[in-house]
Amino acid sequence: MRHLIDIMDLTGKEISELISTASDIAARPERYAECCRRKKLATLFFEPSTRTRLSFEAAMYELGGQVLGFSEAASSSASKGESVADTARVVGCYADIIAMRHPKEGAPMVAAAAAGVPVINAGDGGHHHPTQTLADLFTIYREKGGFENLTVGLCGDLKFGRTVHSLAAAMSRYSGVRFVLISPEELRVPHYIVEDVLKANGVPFIETESLEDALPELDVLYMTRVQKERFFNEADYLRLKDSYILTGKKLAAARSDLAVMHPLPRVNEISVEIDDDPRACYFKQVINGKFMRMALIMKLLEVEV
Amino acid sequence: MIIGQIKDGIVLDHITAGKGIKIYDILGLQDIGCTVAMIQLADSKKMGKKDIIKIGKVIDLDFDILGFIDPGITVNIIEDGKLAKREHLSPPEKIVNLIRCKNPRCITSCEQEIKHEFYLADREKLVYRCKYCDTEAPNQFRTEV
Repeated sequence: MRHLIDIMDLTGKEISELISTASDIAARPERYAECCRRKKLATLFFEPSTRTRLSFEAAMYELGGQVLGFSEAASSSASKGESVADTARVVGCYADIIAMRHPKEGAPMVAAAAAGVPVINAGDGGHHHPTQTLADLFTIYREKGGFENLTVGLCGDLKFGRTVHSLAAAMSRYSGVRFVLISPEELRVPHYIVEDVLKANGVPFIETESLEDALPELDVLYMTRVQKERFFNEADYLRLKDSYILTGKKLAAARSDLAVMHPLPRVNEISVEIDDDPRACYFKQVINGKFMRMALIMKLLEVEV
Repeated sequence: MIIGQIKDGIVLDHITAGKGIKIYDILGLQDIGCTVAMIQLADSKKMGKKDIIKIGKVIDLDFDILGFIDPGITVNIIEDGKLAKREHLSPPEKIVNLIRCKNPRCITSCEQEIKHEFYLADREKLVYRCKYCDTEAPNQFRTEV
């Protein structure tokens, strides 16, 4: 039985297979409308996440399956002190597959060991969020036709942003990929990502504080939010906060085939004037995420059409 | 200083100078009911200074714990006054319940029954990470234990 806890649990070949399935689902959704009939997905969300939970639920419904679960810890037995392992074991008796979000890092791994059914990590604290990375990869694939030889800009909070860490790890597998890491000094990519992911895989990268300088050379720009609470002092935040807002004026210097991505929710880091620009891909990531979650559920349930 | 040879027992050699007493404590050598000699700051051609522990009987040793704390240790098993076996330790692939994850956001911080398990992430730099949250076990753990 397979689980998905970390994006690196999947081989490059498996990710290619998921992309292939997701592409077919997007092209011929009716072909998949009954393939998970009589199967049940449990969405165990110990902290709120409307978008991810709805994506999983929509994915299962579109596969013809059913959904049960809860959307906050207060409405689960966790509020009575039940352990994650016990909750997973009980839910595993009701459902065929589990998608779990939990504020504690490693909770889905504990659940996977106890559940008796496949467990998908739908986000564990600031640790992993592999299905967001699947959505990101599928979006890059659809926009750029592949992963090789891309220059990928990661912008904003690169220190705490789990989505950029996972994306960097997943993209490091492909040849010719280079990264431009755009962030304030305080929010640079952690040392272990630089050492264990980028340098260990021989991936070229540069670090810069200037989004404007980096933009013209990028194939993909992955934006994240710079949060005030991440700064040591307010003066630095005020000095830098507008540097990482993508506006139409800044985008004018970018390539015509740039893919602008964002894991959402967006606050103000991408100006709404860009939403109608053909380079804006952040809402495409949402629909792509649903297709990849459908492909993933099928894979873990070992369902074929 | 002369410390006699042992007939049957174990000699833990090449202990990093200063770690002998910690290893003595962790192995519980005060409770094994036989002669134990602790030699600190002995001269060593290879290490400059080293600690040595001589144990007057053969006991079961947790090589994983020893390998985690001080992977350079040599374990010599003495039988009938002769060297019967020599083990060169290496860092264990995982360590269980020896140290605790310090990440307050880790699931091990709130669920008591979960084992604290770390995996060897970098053999060269001896980096261990929590199985659940990937937080690095700080190097000072090895001097704390």
